[in-house]
Amino acid sequence: MSDAPFARRLLTITASERYGPYIVQRASDPDGPAPAPGQFTMLAATERWGGGDDGRPFVARAFSVMRHRDGEAHYVLEDVGPGTRRLCELGAGDQMWALGPLGRGFVGPEEGRRALLVGGGIGIAPLVILADELVRAGTHASAVMLGFRDRARARAAELIDGALLASDDGSVGHHGPCTDLLAAELERGRDAVVYACGPAPMLEAVRAMCAAGRVPCQLALEAGMACGFGACFGCVVPRRGGGYLRVCVDGPVVAGEELERVTEPGAQ
Amino acid sequence: MVSFCGLELAHPVINGSGTFDVHAARRTFGDALDERFPFAALVSKTITLEPREGNPPPRLWETAQGLINSIGLPNRGLEAYMRDEVPLLANLTAAARSGERVPAPLITNVMGASAPELERLVEACDARPEIAAIELNVSCPNVKSGLDIGADPAELEAVVRAMRARTGKPLIVKLTPNCADVAACAAGAQAGGADALSLINTLRALALAPARPARPDAVRSKIGQRAPWLGARTGGLSGPVVRAVALAQVAAVAERVEIPVVGMGGVQTGAHARDLLDVGATLVAIGTENFRDPAAAATIARAL
Repeated sequence: MSDAPFARRLLTITASERYGPYIVQRASDPDGPAPAPGQFTMLAATERWGGGDDGRPFVARAFSVMRHRDGEAHYVLEDVGPGTRRLCELGAGDQMWALGPLGRGFVGPEEGRRALLVGGGIGIAPLVILADELVRAGTHASAVMLGFRDRARARAAELIDGALLASDDGSVGHHGPCTDLLAAELERGRDAVVYACGPAPMLEAVRAMCAAGRVPCQLALEAGMACGFGACFGCVVPRRGGGYLRVCVDGPVVAGEELERVTEPGAQ
Repeated sequence: MVSFCGLELAHPVINGSGTFDVHAARRTFGDALDERFPFAALVSKTITLEPREGNPPPRLWETAQGLINSIGLPNRGLEAYMRDEVPLLANLTAAARSGERVPAPLITNVMGASAPELERLVEACDARPEIAAIELNVSCPNVKSGLDIGADPAELEAVVRAMRARTGKPLIVKLTPNCADVAACAAGAQAGGADALSLINTLRALALAPARPARPDAVRSKIGQRAPWLGARTGGLSGPVVRAVALAQVAAVAERVEIPVVGMGGVQTGAHARDLLDVGATLVAIGTENFRDPAAAATIARAL
């Protein structure tokens, strides 16, 4: 894993693509080191960062790197607050600050274990780069299972080839949580490792299912954070056995057994 | 080069306590962190006698141009700090304007809930050659008197006097802005024997969790009531939103005392740092802006 450059750097948006309510921002990032799958970047618009509702945003926002290739970084965003709203507005030629890649990413599967990828909503982001990396390593994902709220959001499934789908409203794929799909995969054998990213209830379901089945899992967590590199101590989640983990430097990817349970992130 | 309490510093920009973790930054940025270390001196996070896990999350709330935090001073306690951390913080350097690299001394920030506790912390710091100066965090209540040590000039003077007797190292007192008259507190600290003052600490602040519509079945539950957002109820406000308050308090303190002042509060640019120097600060500390750019202090120092 390469070190992150020690300063935020300017990226220029090259293209914006829409997948339902999600926006994929592609940005030129010639100086950015190749991230490990699961690592993240702190992003902030260079202009009008602070001009939204309530005078926010102020600090940068954390995003999993979705792809990094040919000198471009790709991020998938959804407008859920003043920070993501401003970043979603950016178009080709606009600039943003980036600090990263940051944190600990996924660890590749041990020999003989099938890689099962499970994503909920925008949690698809780190699974895209992970799936790419598994292909490059010659192992391939054994199954990719994605859950979305509705048909519009499920358009993001186009970002990964061959994914099994589930939707909350039954409009696409299995009607129910994507963890139902995972349960069926685990029925076929426990010789697997599960890689998951998504909302806290989904991650908690994955964690509990894997703990019960004694299947290793790696969970990419989300938390509100101010810095991304261990300075602010704001992004903590309770660690199994007491104390806290800093999601930014101890994660964002943690092994399921490091947590008692996955809690809702302290997001705003 | 800047002289501060007998220390010769590369430039006048340091960090605020608890806003930069060198160990985590080394893991993230590698050798570049040491090669381009942005602070002319490193102020440690607050060290307490016993280990602390910190406050339950959520710990952060973003405001307009600022941040409320309730981190709760997580640290591994005095013994682990002295054993494991001090050796790793001892050989930092910063670049002077000439390009020459000069030592970036270690200032250790300590907090104790009672005089005996604080005495042990100060004596332990005094015994370590790697520690160049001691900063007292007095933004906590005295367990005996119940008074917030730093908000009461007489109480502050007494505590500083007791600590003064325990160390010959420079003693910096970090003043709280949550008091009636910060200049009076500054005068108390000076009378007690402080070598320097630093301010402002964060302003006590509250954020409410988002309102939820009351449910019809909420008759006897708390659903629909407003709860505090932060796990520890209140927190401390920092960032550009406090800059004008900081400037006023630093100006008032610098006018009142003879000893040097470290000014901080919302500094983002060289011009902001210049304002604090122009009202009498000797050094400027960067806090929240480090979160937005880990190299911010280097940019600010170059701009001065």
